[in-house]
Amino acid sequence: MDIKERIQQEVSSNKIVIFMKGTKEMPQCGFSGQVVQVFNVLGVPFETRNVLEDAELRQGIKEYSNWPTIPQVYINGEFVGGCDIICEMYQSGELQPLVEKALQA
Amino acid sequence: MLSPQQIETMIREALPDADVTVREYSGGGDHFQVAVASKAFAGKSRVAQHQMVYGALKGHLDDGVIHALALQTSVKE
Repeated sequence: MDIKERIQQEVSSNKIVIFMKGTKEMPQCGFSGQVVQVFNVLGVPFETRNVLEDAELRQGIKEYSNWPTIPQVYINGEFVGGCDIICEMYQSGELQPLVEKALQA
Repeated sequence: MLSPQQIETMIREALPDADVTVREYSGGGDHFQVAVASKAFAGKSRVAQHQMVYGALKGHLDDGVIHALALQTSVKE
């Protein structure tokens, strides 16, 4: 399986998945940590994948999303954004309904 | 290493009407906080807006010259 297929599988089999630096238990970057915190506060189940342990994934996800930075949040197979966008959506109240809808789907 | 001024210039080249503020925040010259307001963002998703700014930065995120970028975009009236 090439990396594109691998990513495709990750985002389609997990409702919420965060490609990040570190793990949800131990984030290794401020932006990644912030995103994990948002989803912890929302209290919803989510998966994380550590790009620091997987160089192929680290490069592959940037090409897959056409997005140059980490973390990257996928909800229901769709790229929603990185830290700035997720935090903005959380603060504006847009994130919660999006997450709820995804988990119900 | 890039200066905030250079980053501002690159963004304005791509978005001539933009109001741009750039702040370097790590002391190491590679962590930037950027806010961009432009009419070109109207009707676009946040992801699309951010991608326009990334495009202006000419691959410096890929080559590591910019290590971190905190970005805020908004539509200019």
